[in-house]
Amino acid sequence: MEHLLEIRGLSIDLPRGRRQPPVKLVEGVDLNIDKKQNFGVVGESGCGKSITCSAIMGLLSYPLTVGEGSSIRFQKEAGDEVEITKLSPAELRKLRGKDISMIFQEPMTALDPMYTIEEQINETLRFHTSLSKAEMHQAALEMLQKVKIPRAEQILQDYPHHLSGGMLQRVMIAIALINNPRLLIADEPTTALDVTIQAQILDLMNELRESYDTSVIMITHDLGVIAETCEHVAVFYAGQVVEEASVEEIFHATAHPYTEGLLRSVTSLGGAKKELYTIKGMVPAAGNYGIGCRFADRCDRCMEICKTQAPALTEIAPGHKCRCWLHAGGAEKEAAV
Amino acid sequence: MSENNIILDVQNLRTYFPIKGGVVRKTVGHVHAVEGVSFQIREQETFSLVGESGCGKSTTGRTILRLIEPTGGKVFFDGEDLCALDRESMRKKRRDMQLVFQDPYASLNPRMTVRKLLEEPLETHFQLSAAEKEEQIQWIAGAVGINPEHLERYPHQFSGGQRQRISIARALITKPRFVVADEPVSALDVSIQAQILNLLMNLQKDLKLSYLFISHDLNVVRHISSRVGVMYLGRIVEMGDTEDVYQTPMHPYTQALLSAIPKRDPLEEKQRIRLEGDVPSPANPPKGCAFHERCSRCMDICREQFPETKEIAPGHCVACHLYD
Repeated sequence: MEHLLEIRGLSIDLPRGRRQPPVKLVEGVDLNIDKKQNFGVVGESGCGKSITCSAIMGLLSYPLTVGEGSSIRFQKEAGDEVEITKLSPAELRKLRGKDISMIFQEPMTALDPMYTIEEQINETLRFHTSLSKAEMHQAALEMLQKVKIPRAEQILQDYPHHLSGGMLQRVMIAIALINNPRLLIADEPTTALDVTIQAQILDLMNELRESYDTSVIMITHDLGVIAETCEHVAVFYAGQVVEEASVEEIFHATAHPYTEGLLRSVTSLGGAKKELYTIKGMVPAAGNYGIGCRFADRCDRCMEICKTQAPALTEIAPGHKCRCWLHAGGAEKEAAV
Repeated sequence: MSENNIILDVQNLRTYFPIKGGVVRKTVGHVHAVEGVSFQIREQETFSLVGESGCGKSTTGRTILRLIEPTGGKVFFDGEDLCALDRESMRKKRRDMQLVFQDPYASLNPRMTVRKLLEEPLETHFQLSAAEKEEQIQWIAGAVGINPEHLERYPHQFSGGQRQRISIARALITKPRFVVADEPVSALDVSIQAQILNLLMNLQKDLKLSYLFISHDLNVVRHISSRVGVMYLGRIVEMGDTEDVYQTPMHPYTQALLSAIPKRDPLEEKQRIRLEGDVPSPANPPKGCAFHERCSRCMDICREQFPETKEIAPGHCVACHLYD
């Protein structure tokens, strides 16, 4: 396996009772994450980006299940691969926090208010390593210094409510990285933070990624965060990947009308007081997609074929994939009909 | 611009919240949420307050509407001092000044239909017949883009963007002249944000509204406002025409804030001013300039003396010792 993580045909089902087929919240997602890659996942709320990453962590909550034929293969070490969808809960626990870690959106709710910062860092260490108490203290202290927390010795004894949001997010990053994971999933890590604190955290994550050789999956709705941190980007819409390319191509050789709409509706610095571009309508409800392209109703460049046939994710340039008839010969096909 | 088209004049507004402590809940100190804020809003203008969480921008907005009682200072609306009004006259005044809240999921009563939600402000402020009410509701529903067939629905049946339209309709149905919009788009997705911002700008033109727009999103603020005030720890540190402030920021905090915005293009090279540390606590603000602990250009005087606000270019004010 050449990639660190290979997702093939991932679908996530929401069962609707025995009589009806499940709603597919995510469908046909193929992704490759390379070693040391900074991979961005962008999309609006409800597009399936967060549950895709929960599936990678084996954290899908009831009643969601991974659909049939899905495969998530992860390379623990060179030559040691695991199929995450087939692991037992005990095996998953061993993987989480050691080989794959996660940072959540709300640092204020992700930490337990009843335990000190040191106890929460130690929890991860105790589970995955056999360090003595003194060694754990030393490791926690060093980790806090690496994430640039001042007065680390004192902060270790503090409770989460003593710290600000930015500090708590640093603690979260410390907990996530302390076992030197190969893959770090960051689910909107800066959405709850102020813009100056966001800049601090993104800088810190970029620095740490260099020194830890960790791959990062950055989930966000903010294209600015993507431009700032990522190398490769997948754009999600209505449970599917609609475009995947390097970050330069996403911004400068945009192929899918939805990506284009997202980029254009962002209020830009230096923008005049003119009408903002908007994508009309809203995201269709899951399970209510129709037979054609899922974006057809909102698309400015919708053709007849878009309403009747779903486009496939096709490679339009080396490493640049797009799910749109405009780039899959839809116009020619339509002319032929 | 002449003096007489100033619709709102805020002078040295202060709002303190008591900190209670001890067994008898004695007041042991004050949180200085708003500390001497002054600005003016002209008719049909959008003035924005921008700043990080805890800087007092929302408290300022609410104090102006007297949803929070001010500790000191004056607010003139159309030349009338709002702080001197009794409760009943203030309630009547609210017909002309309304508020749009941040979270459309929390600000609409889940047990009321859209029609009921829209009727409520009409019943509070006007005595109208059923036919007149219906006329108003149809008018506002059309203006903000709510399908009239959906008036019997409940808030949970709408998406976030639609709910924010209902919130806006509720604020505008009394035909106010001045609206405080407190982070009206920050809970929404990017593509929906653009729809709501366009709606707010179109309504401003059609209904001749003045906005006080409160936001932490610097891009949104630049897009919508004609003038902007940057707040830090309860004070306005810089104020001016939006383009002046964004193109030539004078205060070191404004400069850092603008440089912290994520770049819009992966190929863009950006020089970033890094701010260390966090905003100090408003319960215990530092001596001198509130920003001096994080400022890269801090001088001795900044630690001792609070900088007065000075006009350094026409309409462009800054509170910083660098420009003494």
